Amino acid sequence: MKNSSRFRQLLIGSTYTWMVVLALIPYLILFIASFLLPGDDQLVQSGLSFSNYQHLISPAVFSMARSSILLAGVAALLCLLVGYPFAYILAQSSAKVQPLMLLLVMIPFWTNSLIRTYALVMMLKANGVINQVLMALGLIEMPLQLMYTQTAVFIGLVYTLLPFMILPLYAALKAVDPRLVEAGRDLGANWLNTFFRITVPLTTPGIIAGCMLVFLPALGMFYVADVLGGARSMLLGNYIRDQFLIYRNIPMGAAASVTMTVAMGLMLLLYFFASKRLNREAMQ
Amino acid sequence: MSRRLKWIYAGLVYAFLYLPLVVVAIFSFNDSKYSLAWHGFTLRWYEKLWHNSSLMSAALNSLLIAGCAATLATLMGTVAAFIMHQYRFPGRKLLFGSLFVMMMSPDIVIAISLLLLFLALHLPLGFPTLLVAHAVLCVPFVATTVYSRFHGFQRDILDAAKDLGADEYQVFRFIVIPLALPAVVGGWLLSFTLSLDDVIISFFTTGPDFEVLPLRIYSMVRLGIKPDVNALCVVMMGITIVALVLSRTLLKEKE
Amino acid sequence: MDKPVIELIEVNKQYNGEQALSDISLRVADGEFLSLLGPSGCGKTTLLRLIGGFESCTSGTLLLDGMPVEGIPPEKRAVNTVFQNYALFPHMSVFDNVAFGLRMARKAQDEINGLVAQALKRVQLTGRERRRPSELSGGQQQRVAIARAIVNQPRVLLLDEPLSALDHRLRKQMQRELKRLQRTLNISFILVTHDQDEAFAMSDRVVVMQGGHIEQIGTPMEIYEEPVNLYVADFVGDINVLDGVIEQQSGPQTFAAMVEGAQVSLRSKRNVTPGQRVHVLLRPEDFRLELEQDVAKSRDLFASFHQAKLKGTVQRLYYQGATYDVEVTLEDGKTVQVTEFFDEDSEDLSFKPGDKVILGWYEGWEVVLPYEK
Repeated sequence: MKNSSRFRQLLIGSTYTWMVVLALIPYLILFIASFLLPGDDQLVQSGLSFSNYQHLISPAVFSMARSSILLAGVAALLCLLVGYPFAYILAQSSAKVQPLMLLLVMIPFWTNSLIRTYALVMMLKANGVINQVLMALGLIEMPLQLMYTQTAVFIGLVYTLLPFMILPLYAALKAVDPRLVEAGRDLGANWLNTFFRITVPLTTPGIIAGCMLVFLPALGMFYVADVLGGARSMLLGNYIRDQFLIYRNIPMGAAASVTMTVAMGLMLLLYFFASKRLNREAMQ
Repeated sequence: MSRRLKWIYAGLVYAFLYLPLVVVAIFSFNDSKYSLAWHGFTLRWYEKLWHNSSLMSAALNSLLIAGCAATLATLMGTVAAFIMHQYRFPGRKLLFGSLFVMMMSPDIVIAISLLLLFLALHLPLGFPTLLVAHAVLCVPFVATTVYSRFHGFQRDILDAAKDLGADEYQVFRFIVIPLALPAVVGGWLLSFTLSLDDVIISFFTTGPDFEVLPLRIYSMVRLGIKPDVNALCVVMMGITIVALVLSRTLLKEKE
Repeated sequence: MDKPVIELIEVNKQYNGEQALSDISLRVADGEFLSLLGPSGCGKTTLLRLIGGFESCTSGTLLLDGMPVEGIPPEKRAVNTVFQNYALFPHMSVFDNVAFGLRMARKAQDEINGLVAQALKRVQLTGRERRRPSELSGGQQQRVAIARAIVNQPRVLLLDEPLSALDHRLRKQMQRELKRLQRTLNISFILVTHDQDEAFAMSDRVVVMQGGHIEQIGTPMEIYEEPVNLYVADFVGDINVLDGVIEQQSGPQTFAAMVEGAQVSLRSKRNVTPGQRVHVLLRPEDFRLELEQDVAKSRDLFASFHQAKLKGTVQRLYYQGATYDVEVTLEDGKTVQVTEFFDEDSEDLSFKPGDKVILGWYEGWEVVLPYEK
């Protein structure tokens, strides 16, 4: 009895300690730091203020943030449009090929995204594969300027994050009871109607999860913007990094991170309510 | 959708995902420094990579940190999964929620909050801070993997062990660990690849004394590409694929 | 019952403010086969888990061999459980499953070998020691679960719906084997089940539960023939409930009453008073049924219906194999089910839909209960 409860306390205690010290406290520090001001000799000054957040909505920063959000949002949307049909095909595929098809999605998912970004450079650069192929086909005479453009960053985000959209969608689609789809067909709905009235609503939580897994990292992947977009920093992630490494303005960087966390919180809530609603409806 | 259309569509998506990787792989064996044209098969970039001590040491550092972080994360994640499955204690749902939030958190937020913690504690950035940061990243993944495995076997089994006289440590030692082993090893391998995959957290939480591969590649790519980087990328992809296939096989065994 | 092996005194159990068990008092005799019978959610499994040590009671006392066991974890109780889905350890062989409890008790290897062999022999699984549970059939897994529990020589064996996953034929066979095992081991078995036939076939006593209460405790015969209320009567088999009013006492334990619009004579050990509304419970096989025209023709037949002559019309017949059920509508509109045996001498059924019939019952087979609804 004594041993049992001591063992239990040890396990629960160590997990709590881990979560408090390495998750809760860091987030609290981040939150508090976002209300401080940068100091000259010290890293931060004491005294609370909202000026960091005010600065975030100042025109210069705000236009950067807006274009970053737009870029990430469109990337998420495009990933969804490309990924949903693919995940659907994947979920419907026969049990024989499905494990292999899934593995082929997971390999890029787990491959270092910097390596994948680098691989994209090989495709996009002036003497890269795309330009060479287009020139060899006689479609263009001069190499296209693909690298160091907003388009390149955009392609980079979609390319890196597409598997992050496909996998949650696949999981959600697999969970859809095939009898529901059959029932839809049986009741006279055609393929399109069944898809939009049954399959899509049932996979809403998966759609939200996928969008979250693309949108949030897309805001932060500064190295993709660096490598493919050149000197101009375009993403919130570049801004945060610069505040830390170049301007030594920790509170400002913290404020931008908190803003991202709030965005994540909102999306999580959306996800939570969507899946809860679905569960509740499934119960009835 | 007709069958053929489906296959064409899936093929195009795979092509999009794999073409750049295949190109890198081909170039790593091409006997030419800059040209795209095929100049014959060579292994010299791999040889060059082998003798590039800074690249090799960064690669070894990456593997070291991945191994250590995966081990630490597996330990903590398995414990978290076990207590969430087996015990009812205050804050259990909160623990569930926090792990989920940690899993969904953008890397940059995790990186910065941990960086602030390390700064506040005046810890010099290097191996220990990077190790902890990567473990923090991986714990939720291990916990959910192992937890779903626990969920797969009946709660009754643990009750049965207790009924037959096993105390909580013995339940853990003789029932939980052997049953969860495939998931635990799978979780370790996932953590290993997750750590190798990471760029952002490494960027913020390691110091100049302990350089890891992604950061090395990052600076190289910005300065100009050399073919030995191709070779390195292929090696890294190979490691990822092996770890991934292994973990998939292990996790699948439960059926 | 001088030395109960288990005694519960006014045990209560609450889950998140909901009363799962209320005021359970129960004594289980040494060597007794007791069943907890009730629908799902009646608290029978909670009660079993309480005895097993997997739950603790909110209030009340639980004694095992006269000693309170509150706070003693399952691994320290001389009680073992056969779980509903067997809960065999999938990563261990049959031998290791059965040896688990002995190893936890740090028995010597020689002793373990002997005891496991003996237990496996008891459940007729000798020779399967090296198999994994997944390589066994459902019935064999069931036997392993039983062997794993009894090898520890518990004072009480708890069985949580152990046969529910088996098919009908195997279930019957396992019922007989369990009963035989219990006799050989001479320890107490407590069986949780929602299957009335199973409880009746095996048990010395049955505890009928509902909504966390004990409704009735008794031998299977008592429960079936003298249910204390409508719930018990209804749960343990088909029953017809007739409504009536007592008119006067006509003798010791005999009453004149008006039941479903007919003058009848009732027998009851209960104290009922003139003017009281009552239920008269009759199982389908308790009824006597004759064609109205036959009764009118024969004076003897007429006399044999002296207690009750309810008039009705045959609605439908249901073939049941050895018997057939007749659905009869009484004059006041109430429908009752009557079970009739086939007439050995005649190939035809005695009744057909539309027949006018007289309905009575065998003397003393009726159960009179106070009005409940």
